[in-house]
Amino acid sequence: MVLFSERDRRETQDRLKDLESPVKLITFTQEQECPTCRETGQLLRELSELSEKLSLEVYDFQLDTAQVTRYQIDKIPATVVTGAKDYGIRFYGLPSGYEFATLLEDILLVSRGRSALRPETIERLRALDRPLHLQVFVTPT
Amino acid sequence: MRLAHAFALESDLIRADMVEATEFPHLVQRYGVRGVPRTVVNEAVFIDGALPEDVYLAHVLEGPSP
Repeated sequence: MVLFSERDRRETQDRLKDLESPVKLITFTQEQECPTCRETGQLLRELSELSEKLSLEVYDFQLDTAQVTRYQIDKIPATVVTGAKDYGIRFYGLPSGYEFATLLEDILLVSRGRSALRPETIERLRALDRPLHLQVFVTPT
Repeated sequence: MRLAHAFALESDLIRADMVEATEFPHLVQRYGVRGVPRTVVNEAVFIDGALPEDVYLAHVLEGPSP
């Protein structure tokens, strides 16, 4: 099964040329009762082949409990985008369509290790004194 | 969504999940998601729509201690 067309592959490869530091995608999956796990794994495999700076780790949601706990994963398919460290960036569900564009931007973001947010925003975020868990509900189109 | 992930990048205390609504109907029901994007902060603050950076930040910072 190939999800990327030749054109997608070229366009994505072109965008990934801007990668600075290495980025690791970590996905959590299982074989049964997860309708989009297989497709998510395939998408991430094809994606990770498009740059030497991009790698992929795959864990089983039921068996690899230490990693599930470490990355605070509570549902699948889950994808973590990590770079120099785990920044807390997660995708739950198949990152297709519009969300694939978000995934690509996140990979570039994590690779740079700095955002394009305003300095005053960054200052307020760094002054946080409690953990915040953001869940953003989206649809692919 | 991009703002949420950028916020996570800039703060070690923020974890930001993009949740594909159609794949997790039980969460859509739990958080009363009727339109997207909808952001839930620490299970208590709800932010609807794609907002400008300063407005979104102000709402996110309303999140109570977990």
